[in-house]
Amino acid sequence: MSKLQPNHKLDVRNILENLENYHPQKRGWTWRKQGAIKLGNFEYAQASPSLKNSVPLQSAAFLGNIDPQPDSVITAEIASGRFEDDIRRMRMAAYHGADHIMVIRTAGQSHFDGLLEGTPQGVGGIPITRKQLRAQRKALDLIEEEVGRKINYHSYVSGIAGPEIAVLFTEEGINGAHQDPQYNILYRNINMVRSFVDAAESKKVMAYANIAQIDGAHNANATARDAWKVMPELLVQHAINSVFSEKIGIKPENIALSTVPPAAPPSPDIKLNLPYALALREFFDKYKMRAQMNTKYMDSSTREATVTHVLNLLISRLTSADIQSTITPDEGRNVPWHVYNIEALDTTKQAMVGMDDLLSMVGIKDSGYVQNKKREIQERAILMLEEIIELGGYFNAVESGMFVDSGEYPERHGDGIKREIEGGIGAGSIIKRDKDYMAPVTAHFGYNNLSQYGENYKNNPSKLIEGSTFEKPEKIQFIDELDDSDNVYLRMDDTEKYRNTNLLKPEVEWLGDGVVTVDLFFPIEKRIAREAAIKTGENMNLQDVEVIHVEILHPSEGTRVQIKGRVNFDVNIDDLTIPEEIDTISEDEIFDYIKKYPMSVVAGTAGDDEHSVGIREVLDIKHGGVEKYGIKYTYLGTSVSIEKFVDAAVEMDADAILMSTIISHDDVHYKNMKKLHDYAVEKGVRDKLILIAGGTQVTPDIARKNNVDQGFGRGTKGLHIASFLVNKHKEKIKNEN
Amino acid sequence: MKERKDDYLNRRKHLENKNGEELKKYFYELSEKVVSELVDLGHDYTSKSIERSVLLRMGFSSIEAKSIVDILGDNDLLRKGAGHCVYKVSLIKKKPIRLSGTEIAAGNHIEFLKKEFKIYE
Repeated sequence: MSKLQPNHKLDVRNILENLENYHPQKRGWTWRKQGAIKLGNFEYAQASPSLKNSVPLQSAAFLGNIDPQPDSVITAEIASGRFEDDIRRMRMAAYHGADHIMVIRTAGQSHFDGLLEGTPQGVGGIPITRKQLRAQRKALDLIEEEVGRKINYHSYVSGIAGPEIAVLFTEEGINGAHQDPQYNILYRNINMVRSFVDAAESKKVMAYANIAQIDGAHNANATARDAWKVMPELLVQHAINSVFSEKIGIKPENIALSTVPPAAPPSPDIKLNLPYALALREFFDKYKMRAQMNTKYMDSSTREATVTHVLNLLISRLTSADIQSTITPDEGRNVPWHVYNIEALDTTKQAMVGMDDLLSMVGIKDSGYVQNKKREIQERAILMLEEIIELGGYFNAVESGMFVDSGEYPERHGDGIKREIEGGIGAGSIIKRDKDYMAPVTAHFGYNNLSQYGENYKNNPSKLIEGSTFEKPEKIQFIDELDDSDNVYLRMDDTEKYRNTNLLKPEVEWLGDGVVTVDLFFPIEKRIAREAAIKTGENMNLQDVEVIHVEILHPSEGTRVQIKGRVNFDVNIDDLTIPEEIDTISEDEIFDYIKKYPMSVVAGTAGDDEHSVGIREVLDIKHGGVEKYGIKYTYLGTSVSIEKFVDAAVEMDADAILMSTIISHDDVHYKNMKKLHDYAVEKGVRDKLILIAGGTQVTPDIARKNNVDQGFGRGTKGLHIASFLVNKHKEKIKNEN
Repeated sequence: MKERKDDYLNRRKHLENKNGEELKKYFYELSEKVVSELVDLGHDYTSKSIERSVLLRMGFSSIEAKSIVDILGDNDLLRKGAGHCVYKVSLIKKKPIRLSGTEIAAGNHIEFLKKEFKIYE
């Protein structure tokens, strides 16, 4: 496979070729290299090395485009139902800082008795199969090389076929997995005895492959009526899975607790969540923390979800997070879209970097409310364990409905999840091993009578068969497709024109899905606004219009409605006029030219605009502005009138005017450009002056249509402007001659 | 569980005098107690999924593993280990592992295995 290039798309068909012979490059989990770093003007204490290729935060444009990476492994959950489209999203996620890619399984897979094969489409996730895993692992092997950081690939070892999935994951180089028999029992109604028997084998295999394990306790938050009351039980659930796992052989450093701050605003978030986070980290200090974000109280507002998630990140920084998971802010309204995965990653990177080294400045009080509450949660958890033992053990406790009760233990509301020891899927399906039971493979847990074939097989059972697939991957049987009406090739054929031609279609999750959102405000009450929004979408020729978010600004004055719908046209790239990129010339050439032909400019922000950041960035030597090249500037300040720009230029005998504006209401910024030109003409200096307009809302060709010489939009640097000034000046001299 | 009011303050009395370290130690003692019988179960029992996972590691496909385990299950042979059965056929009948397994999946060698393992109806 050839290396990925940032300016070339990843070819999914290429990934699918020769898969039968592909084997992963490594096994096991990788943590980030952690430590202090220096980047640009700043020092970071909780950081990891920068990436070879990445997309920094937008504000980085003002700070030398630095892209500091925090110390925690950062997760993106990507599973749209079509793994081939997810591969593209994984690459985008890696560029935004994800090094743990988690794949959610399709609905119903946990009840499938065996492995799925091929590449069928999923619902709410993807069918996990050998082919799908291998394709994504292969793509991630390329992507990790492109970004310069190992990427952990992760899915679920749960359901009724856990041990087989654990073996599959080991063979295919999966690095992390959820494994918690309690999840099977409580939320999937799989028989409890079977779940623990299977879990022992699954965990033994995971231990062998050095797969990091994440437990399932966080589901109790999401399920319990009052999530914050389930805190004592969460400690109990974490303990049962962690201690069980360690006894099977997983190293503590590969055991991660999936912990979610249970509460969210408008409850007093930090007051509820911080003591809990401390209680947990104190009791479980030998294990790792996988900090997940709250989903329980999410609805359709992506803004509200984001704020909750930033508070979750504050908890992570006030305590610890070895793996920082991200929840997409749209999870409350749909299966996550590309852009929200990226927003969640950026929110996380931004907040974690922003809170770098927090605990070197602030501390948590060692007495009072926070400590008392912490201790209370721990004691309540202990009392629960005592009662489990009193009831005759874990199975009896589950049967009595002790778990996921909405009362804060020991208070009980009698609404817990009840499962029968003899009930659930797979009840009565375990088989007692006989004295001569034997399994000639690596990483098999429990009783295994190998000595019947000779003592030397005891430590190396797979020697009996000259190595298992773990030692000899060439023994793995690869199944390609089983269903010729539902597979990746058919799906890709349907969308091929968006890969191979110049046609484009907007997309939120799948290539060519055509989905767009429209953000609307109506000056009316909610019920009417909703219907008006749907009508608006239909009148815009959108298909399948649905309301995805409603927000009351005032019960009668107005409502915001977001809708989604599908467009049924393609955009042909050949029909587009792509604005030219502003040419730059070499710095040395500019220096030399300015020495020969000294130039000066007057600059300022136009109209009623008090913003000055952007223009200072392209002027000051400190930020690499035009001053750096020897171009002299006079800064006129903010809210400068059009007349003042021209008058000052005349007075200073300047070569150019740099007018900045960011106001976009009613195209005021373009009107100002015209006025600038007109006034310069009126004053008889238009031929002499180079007129430049800049600002985040400025499009170069529209600026030129409004009679300035050039417009500069977002991301402009001093080099661009200096290059233009030099080129334009050359042109003028040429014309004069 | 029956509804019950929060009686935390009564229940906690025996914990009152434990310091943080003692509390944590006690928490783990209890956890170990809860978990140990679960580990024993895993040690002594197997399941169809576990046996299929053994066959995968022996180089069978998921489809082959399913057929082999189902037929061995129907004949009460899983308590010997599905991998064991395949190995036994391979060893005594001097056939490659994969051929032994696919032949079992096709319904062969069952009587031989029952005899070998002394399983009588």
